[in-house]
Amino acid sequence: MHVNRDAPVILGIETSCDETGIGIVRGRTLLSNTIASSMDEHARYGGVVPEVAARAHLEALEPAIHAALAESGVALSDIDAVAVTSGPGLAGALMVGVGAAKALAVSLERPLYAVNHLVGHIAADILDPDAPPLEYPTVALLVSGGHTSLLLVRDLTTDVELLGETMDDAAGEAFDKVARLLGLPYPGGPEIDRAAASGDPEAIRFPRGLSRASDMADHRYDFSFSGLKTAVARWIEQQQAAGEPVPVADVAASFRDAVVDVLVSKALAACRDHGVPRLLLGGGVIANRRLREVALERAAAEGVTVRIPPLSLCTDNGAMIAALASELVMSGRLPSTLDFGADSTLPVTQIQVAEAAR
Amino acid sequence: MTGVGASPITLEGVILGIDTSLGSAVAVVEHDGAVRSQVESADARGHAEVIGSLIERALAEASVRPDSITHVAAGMGPGPFTGLRVGIAAARTFALGRGVPLVPVVSHDAVALELLLHDALTGELDEPGRRAFAVVTDARRREFAYTVYDGLDDDGLPRRRTEPGLAPRDELDALLDAGDVRRHDAARIPAGLLALTAARALAAGRSIGPADALYLRSPDVTLPAGPKKVRT
Ligand SMILES: [Zn+2]
Repeated sequence: MHVNRDAPVILGIETSCDETGIGIVRGRTLLSNTIASSMDEHARYGGVVPEVAARAHLEALEPAIHAALAESGVALSDIDAVAVTSGPGLAGALMVGVGAAKALAVSLERPLYAVNHLVGHIAADILDPDAPPLEYPTVALLVSGGHTSLLLVRDLTTDVELLGETMDDAAGEAFDKVARLLGLPYPGGPEIDRAAASGDPEAIRFPRGLSRASDMADHRYDFSFSGLKTAVARWIEQQQAAGEPVPVADVAASFRDAVVDVLVSKALAACRDHGVPRLLLGGGVIANRRLREVALERAAAEGVTVRIPPLSLCTDNGAMIAALASELVMSGRLPSTLDFGADSTLPVTQIQVAEAAR
Repeated sequence: MTGVGASPITLEGVILGIDTSLGSAVAVVEHDGAVRSQVESADARGHAEVIGSLIERALAEASVRPDSITHVAAGMGPGPFTGLRVGIAAARTFALGRGVPLVPVVSHDAVALELLLHDALTGELDEPGRRAFAVVTDARRREFAYTVYDGLDDDGLPRRRTEPGLAPRDELDALLDAGDVRRHDAARIPAGLLALTAARALAAGRSIGPADALYLRSPDVTLPAGPKKVRT
């Protein structure tokens, strides 16, 4: 199958969590980033319910593809390749996108690229028209409701190494859970942020997970947020048992700073250890203003340059999947065979899944 | 099952049938019902893995290109939801990719049509006192999905006496006996018959399938306990 390798038009499909993302790019130019979220349907459960998310993907896909085509002005016949997230993510949710992408590729008689969601988050940066080209190597910190990963990116299409990841909850999940403890609605990130605005981040000293000297030997770049959540719960209980009011603003601010501190400290430690003066931030939790501020401030103090893709491309989306596939096409990689599946634990080292044999 | 014949395609085009409510099955069928190809995988789990290759093989064995497809018939279930969705998603995007209509079909209708056509051939269909029958499929979680039929209607489509429903495994027989309904267990959905069901509905100008997947179950969600009372 002949593919336009100069500036391929790629339609990307992303269904790994609760966002149905359809993105269309031409080379490194973003043409559409269409997202249908089922977030509201999860609100009453306090977190993403996999079956609810998967059902929503099935309903949202077709309208989202139509909307993306309309916005981009691209006709189906203009599409050079289809791209899809193979993993990691929620298995049932991923399968909807995989089935849809395969049938679309076959119906259009176009090649299909199955790619890694986490590496897609890094590729989102390439679509920023105002940013200088991505320099290698770079450390990447990806933080969302589904993942918290620290990566060393030597080359987007060939060499991404996992330095560390969360051992339990993702950072975004911790925000949701602590928001619930404080009686705040879902999703917790923006709510904690709002509540924290008037709080004192140093009012309560919450634990920094996996940050003790002994932890730093075995889990230098790994994260753990479940202990922090438990610490917040215990602190609130003790307050209530003592008949004291719970200072929501202070708890929110102190909790948020504990999370931000660990994230930024470990990311900068990775930069230092690997002699890499570049840090790329990605994932939905990057929308947290405090995280961006602290990262920028502390990175600047250490001479590390921070890159943050446009926030609309930080949350899960199909454009980043299309962008990654576009890089693969432009670097001459062959399409995926049709035999791959959804891989909920796809390792980050596997940037493309099921590349055809030459 | 492998492809049937490879004669030149007709100008009217063909229907693509896709069902993943049990295994994964794909067929290419002419509007008059001639099955040009039918391929399937019995694997009750690997729907996402096989669906693309099955569609490609069905087209190849039918000797048609995607642009010969005039309609896509989608098996809407009932079926275990994770797998069921894969085929519906694929059917929808294939139809979108070609700009052709999607024809949703109750998956059990395909099995019922197969039985009724067989009965018609053997003359059983015309026997007086013929009993209604139920198409029964595995719904997992100790339940069966079943739909009761009592013959063909004037358009040659299976006539449902009841809409698809779920019954506990050990209660289904008593339930069917009470209605004097013969039981027919199906382990596969014939995609060719699914496409033929769609063809007959199209010919009759009727819409017979549900717009949405027939999950028959709510998502498994237990609502969390209310947030802790916190004074502010
Ligand atoms: Zn993500």
